[in-house]
Amino acid sequence: MTGYDIERIAGLLRLLRPAPSGWVRAAQELPQARSEVAALVARAEADAAFRARVVADLEAALEAEGIAPTPSTVAALRVRLEAD
Amino acid sequence: MSTVTSDAEVVRRCRSGDAEAWNELVERFSRYVYAICTQGFRLQQQDAEDVFQEVFARVYVGLDRLRSDEAIRPWIGQLTRRLCIDRLRAAGREAPAELEEEAALDERLALLDEALAVRSGLDAVGEPCREILDRFFCRDESYKTIGEALELPAGTIASRISRCLAKLRGELEEGRSRPSGASSSR
Repeated sequence: MTGYDIERIAGLLRLLRPAPSGWVRAAQELPQARSEVAALVARAEADAAFRARVVADLEAALEAEGIAPTPSTVAALRVRLEAD
Repeated sequence: MSTVTSDAEVVRRCRSGDAEAWNELVERFSRYVYAICTQGFRLQQQDAEDVFQEVFARVYVGLDRLRSDEAIRPWIGQLTRRLCIDRLRAAGREAPAELEEEAALDERLALLDEALAVRSGLDAVGEPCREILDRFFCRDESYKTIGEALELPAGTIASRISRCLAKLRGELEEGRSRPSGASSSR
């Protein structure tokens, strides 16, 4: 920022509007899904056929484990599978 | 002035398993990530939500590998930009940089980086200014709504906004030499 005139500050404030509260809440709940997702990933690591099924349909794999397949848990599973 | 925990401190607390710190990290960067997706790359809501969740999933998994706790801010920005581009490509669309002036995209993203710095300053000025300015500029609330919510006379809101903006400007000027994400110290 080269200057701090009030109009510019006001304009910059307007740029960062709140993300939808449901998105924020889902991201904040990631740690709660960690152990279930970790267990699923561990099984996938130990069983190539199971891993193939999980990778083919992340949502179904989560549902089969009793985990709601939200965008947050799907993303968490995808990232964990890539990381392991 | 209020006190704000630095980015590095929040990251350190997240690593130690502090659930409140993770909530704070998500809260602190959620608007920035959302803005990059929807204003920077102009993703549709469903794509934006997928990228938003993937950013935080990757941050959660990758925190242990972050070389420097202070690097969280640029890391989240870069990660979000990369995932937005991946999403556009996966959907068979080209990245905005290929469709329009690359400079225009860079300019939008640079503005969002600047807006994040201003947001940090806003957190540092504390209440009631933080809430008044957030409600007025970020949530488009009327003087009447703000007055009712904060139990303040609606007729005083305009002058409070002016004073709070001046206070925020002071915080930003003072904060120029402070490290990223760290505002007024405790």
